[in-house]
Amino acid sequence: MKKYTYTEKIDTRSGFGAGMTELGRTNPNVVALCADLVGSLKIADFIKENPERFFQIGIAEANMMGIAAGLTIGGKIPFTGTFANFSTGRVYDQIRQSIAYSNKNVKICASHAGLTLGEDGATHQILEDIGLMKMLPGMTVINPCDFNQTKAATIAIAEHQGPVYLRFGRPAVPNFTPADQKFEIGKAVKINDGTDVTIIATGHLVWESILAGEELAKQGISADILDIHTIKPLDQEAILESVAKTGCVVTAEEHNYLGGLGESVARVLAENNPTPQEFVATQDTFGESGTPAQLMDKYGLNSEAIVKAVTKVLKRK
Amino acid sequence: MSDTQKLQDLTTQVRRDIVRMVHKVNSGHPGGSLGCTEFLVALYNEIMEIKDDFTMDGIGEDLFFLSNGHISPVFYSVLARRGYFPVKELDTFRLLNSRLQGHPTTHEGLPGIRVASGSLGQGMSVAIGAAQAKKLNNDNHIIYSLHGDGELQEGQNWEAIMYAAGNNVDNLISTIDYNGQQIDGATKDVLPLGDLKAKFEAFGWDVLDLHHGNDLDAVIKGLKEAKSRTGKGKPVCILLHTVMGNGVDFMMGTHAWHGKAPNDEQLEKALAQNPETLGDY
Repeated sequence: MKKYTYTEKIDTRSGFGAGMTELGRTNPNVVALCADLVGSLKIADFIKENPERFFQIGIAEANMMGIAAGLTIGGKIPFTGTFANFSTGRVYDQIRQSIAYSNKNVKICASHAGLTLGEDGATHQILEDIGLMKMLPGMTVINPCDFNQTKAATIAIAEHQGPVYLRFGRPAVPNFTPADQKFEIGKAVKINDGTDVTIIATGHLVWESILAGEELAKQGISADILDIHTIKPLDQEAILESVAKTGCVVTAEEHNYLGGLGESVARVLAENNPTPQEFVATQDTFGESGTPAQLMDKYGLNSEAIVKAVTKVLKRK
Repeated sequence: MSDTQKLQDLTTQVRRDIVRMVHKVNSGHPGGSLGCTEFLVALYNEIMEIKDDFTMDGIGEDLFFLSNGHISPVFYSVLARRGYFPVKELDTFRLLNSRLQGHPTTHEGLPGIRVASGSLGQGMSVAIGAAQAKKLNNDNHIIYSLHGDGELQEGQNWEAIMYAAGNNVDNLISTIDYNGQQIDGATKDVLPLGDLKAKFEAFGWDVLDLHHGNDLDAVIKGLKEAKSRTGKGKPVCILLHTVMGNGVDFMMGTHAWHGKAPNDEQLEKALAQNPETLGDY
């Protein structure tokens, strides 16, 4: 198992903020919109340096999505910012008609996704957003795993023409990917070369799959691990190449197993190479209040759950 | 022929286009389309500054957004007769593989359409975004938008109305088609809108009551007046008092023709009231 280390734990939303700061300096067409969550989205520096390119919308997410669509007419590249729940479910039809169907170059940037939002509870913990967004024709869906990758993704999506959903989170997590790593939309990152089982993870579960890989190595199991930061378009080639080697898969995500990464992977496998698969994901349930770590433990979204799923899927080979 | 006569002829021809389009496919929305004919004819032919080459980058010209997308027949006819696309293409309205979808979309690349609409309540937000992009680009042009009155029952409008005033979006003229009708009946019976003028003013808009929304001269005058009120710190609202179904006597003033097509006999009657002026498509 390849060794991964990190010097600090930092939230992915700060990676978004850092990416926005850089975009503010390098791309004059980038504008930011926020629905009363500037502090949470970490975009204070962008606003300070580019006050004329920031739009404080207030608590009115539907209006924000429409304004973002309108700003693209005339060449602006709007980045909207609010929590994942309010970025998707609350405004689905606005995104569907005014952004996706209208093919507007809007970047929907969503913080506090999933259970790791923590104590605020299930009203704010969306576990359905990947599904909602990936079903929209033309929508790119990205869920990076750490600070560096989120920053790189933020910068990369400004260059992509078309609507994008960028999902990140609240808690401090290990920052282990290289700061200079090139972010390629739709291209999986190989975390480890292995032969016995494929682990495909996205977002916060990528670090957990590294921990799982280390544990599995101790048991003599060699895991091929993929960081799938782009859920749509999905890197089919990387998935099929890995599965051809290992013959079984575990997918891991901070999302409902219905509609998430796991189902996208299952579709690719069903069409090309039917393969035993286990899903580390929430099991069609809402979340609840608790610390991020407590919730990830309770709902089985951690390295132990991944190891358990690997043990199970290996028996199905 | 005077310019006024030319516009009158165009208005009559657009009415013919509307009823012929919905009749052919036995679907579509003639009522609101007929009621807004004078407005859109005046806007596109007398008021808006439009680039001659019909490029769609949205820069250096006035822009219009139709929020109540179901009145696509009048929008398509006015766009085609203004030169955005061939008039004969009106014959493809609502047909398979047409660029003239039931509700307007950008998806098929029809010139003149800048955003999809039809799911109600979204157009004002988009218009505000386009207005703010104009300001960022130092592009001194005006954004126009049109909304149904029943559409104001959608809450997003009031987010947009609050935002536009709070942010001094004063290069925006939003017009409300104040015909008092919606699908299920009169707005006063379905869900009363209250005092719209007072509501917009309370939110901080400059409101202009345009009482004769089906009188071409009055509409042109009203739109010029609205234009003169832009750039003064407030978004401008026109309450355009219209008659749903205007110009076809049996369709006038009732919600019955909101989304219903005339049969053959009714078509003949409607066309007889609106004789061909510029040539049918």
